[in-house]
Amino acid sequence: MKHFLGFVKKELYHIFRDSRTLVILFGIPVILMILFGYVVTTEVKNARIAILDYSKDEVTRKIIDKIGSTDYFIIAKYLQSQKEISETFRKGQAKEVIVFEPGFGQKLKREKKASIHLVADASDANSANLVVAYTSAIINDYLLKENKAVAMPMQIVTESRMLYNPELKGVYMFVPGTMSMILVLICALLTSVSIVREKEMGTMEVLLVSPLKPAQIVFGKVAPYILLSFINVITILLLSNFVFGLPVKGSVVLLLAESMLFIILALSIGITISSSTSNQIVAMVVSMLGLMLPSIILSGFIFPIDNMPLWIKWICWLNPTTYFIIILKSVMLKGLGFLSIWKETAILAGATIILLVISIKKFKVRLEN
Amino acid sequence: MMLPIILVVPLVQLLILVNVATMEIKHIKVCIIDNDLSTTSRDLCSKFNNSRFFVVKDMVFEMDKALVMVENNKADMVLQIPSGFERSLMRENTAKVQVLFNAINGTVAGIGSSYVTQIIAGFNRDIITQRVGISPGLGEQGSINIIPAFWYNPDMNYKVFMVPAILVLLVTIIGMALSAVNIIREKEMGNIEQINVTPIRKAHFIIGKLLPFWIIALFMLGFGLTIGKLIFNIPMVGNLALLFVVAALYLLVIQGIGLMISNSSNTFQQAIFSSFFFIIVFIMMSGIFTPTDSMPRWAQIVNYINPIAYFMKLIRMILLKGSGLMDIYKDLLILLFYGLAVLSIAVNRYRKVV
Repeated sequence: MKHFLGFVKKELYHIFRDSRTLVILFGIPVILMILFGYVVTTEVKNARIAILDYSKDEVTRKIIDKIGSTDYFIIAKYLQSQKEISETFRKGQAKEVIVFEPGFGQKLKREKKASIHLVADASDANSANLVVAYTSAIINDYLLKENKAVAMPMQIVTESRMLYNPELKGVYMFVPGTMSMILVLICALLTSVSIVREKEMGTMEVLLVSPLKPAQIVFGKVAPYILLSFINVITILLLSNFVFGLPVKGSVVLLLAESMLFIILALSIGITISSSTSNQIVAMVVSMLGLMLPSIILSGFIFPIDNMPLWIKWICWLNPTTYFIIILKSVMLKGLGFLSIWKETAILAGATIILLVISIKKFKVRLEN
Repeated sequence: MMLPIILVVPLVQLLILVNVATMEIKHIKVCIIDNDLSTTSRDLCSKFNNSRFFVVKDMVFEMDKALVMVENNKADMVLQIPSGFERSLMRENTAKVQVLFNAINGTVAGIGSSYVTQIIAGFNRDIITQRVGISPGLGEQGSINIIPAFWYNPDMNYKVFMVPAILVLLVTIIGMALSAVNIIREKEMGNIEQINVTPIRKAHFIIGKLLPFWIIALFMLGFGLTIGKLIFNIPMVGNLALLFVVAALYLLVIQGIGLMISNSSNTFQQAIFSSFFFIIVFIMMSGIFTPTDSMPRWAQIVNYINPIAYFMKLIRMILLKGSGLMDIYKDLLILLFYGLAVLSIAVNRYRKVV
């Protein structure tokens, strides 16, 4: 036991001596949450648009003022002719050009009908869609206010309620995602690279001939990382509670227990990777591409799994992070108990046991060689 | 081991990422509670059944059951038509429906609820025309005919938007991470001392280290463009030579940063984590998924020094909109000076001592 504690101590020294990696490890979750909370938003805000007004009358001026006065749009440019539209887009100066036909106001008054063309730069299709929808809404709103006198018969009123996340904040998606990503990063990537490093440096042999048992070596290697990951989980939870106002709705104990399960799973993946490679670059690339990337893009963290083609959905269902994110969302955001997540928990537990057995077996083989 | 990774990774990345990275929202799972069971309510339900955005998963009668479906992710939204819906619509000229959305993914909920509003509004117009016989919108003041046009991507194909972004990711990873890791390995292995005692000048040594990855990254870009054209048929409106010029300049910046990282790291792990950190932060801020215009002011200022943001913007402009040299020369100059500055700082700070 004394040997073992000494080993853990040595490992902790290694980690704390590398202050830069530590700063990055604790910095990543904080920065990611700030980015996702404030920067990466799909809403339309301050979108630059251009106006091509062939009519220049009172009505068009009113509409333009109304559009320009919202937070959604900034009128960046007034065009003189149709030719300038493509130039404006090519230079990236505007996302949308609003074209009023000649004699717009007069037509509206006399013929009761006039046209506005909304030309959108759909090289970014989603924003083009939103920009056009917002502009149409503003124009329709203008018309509605002018048409106040006419009452509409038979109105269906839609009452929408947003469950769990009434303000549609982005953090709700990203807290569970960031948490699982950071756990994969620390437990799988860091562990596998650090074990392979001992092999590459030749120090692994020194450890193997020491009186420590192989299981003790492995456990001693990973124990500090368990501590690191746990601190990170708690940091993320505190941040989401105090900075983003997102408390844990369900049981905190359950949440921490599930996180612990996932930490052990990720660690056993890391150990398995490290025992099948002997080169840091390979270990890094395998854990980056085989683990990090799937845990970001194939787990429902950023992209909803429902939209994916079937063959990719299967990859997602093979990815443990997918289940962990479901668990986190259920406990943190929906406040559900263990009964609703026992299936996901069972899958994670099963995978952990299988991987632990594999990794310990593989490690022994190395010793006998 | 290295070569297959360099060749296979972009292929896998393109095939998977392009299919995955879609923010197109379709197949929203609906659970309907129709407590009215009238002709009108049934018509409304069938509107949802026929929409390509919605899949009606189940019809139940109690709210509790519907909410359990939302909890278990079997439904994304609940549409409740209260009893007396039809009567109230006919007699009191107004009726309510309730829509509950699982809003954990705010984007899906936001866009989804706008689809719901559209469907119900369309249904509403139909009923009014049917029962009352006037076409709404033709008020006393006249109507405005809004005609949208979507240039460059009329089918609103999201892949057209994502393929260039993934090429950026590819070039960045090769350019930065691999350059950073390459030199650190020599350091860790102790080879660097042997190189340092040779008469080779440090600029030559660094150029020799960076040039292969510069070439590989440009080659990968070509490879990725070919796949993008063959498999996803993305448009290439602009001048490809110009795109390669942009990429070549961009790589100077990104390799310079990679070099700085490897200069200041002592171990492989440090180098990996630093470049991972750099890439993930700057990729998210570069406008890969969301427009940079709607980011807060401070983020837009940070983006002036974010090389990925420049390349992300330029590759889309050139490929999709056909922007020419005259449209983008300012950004090109910025990239050029940026690259030269970063590289010379990095070379200067490289010491031939350990």
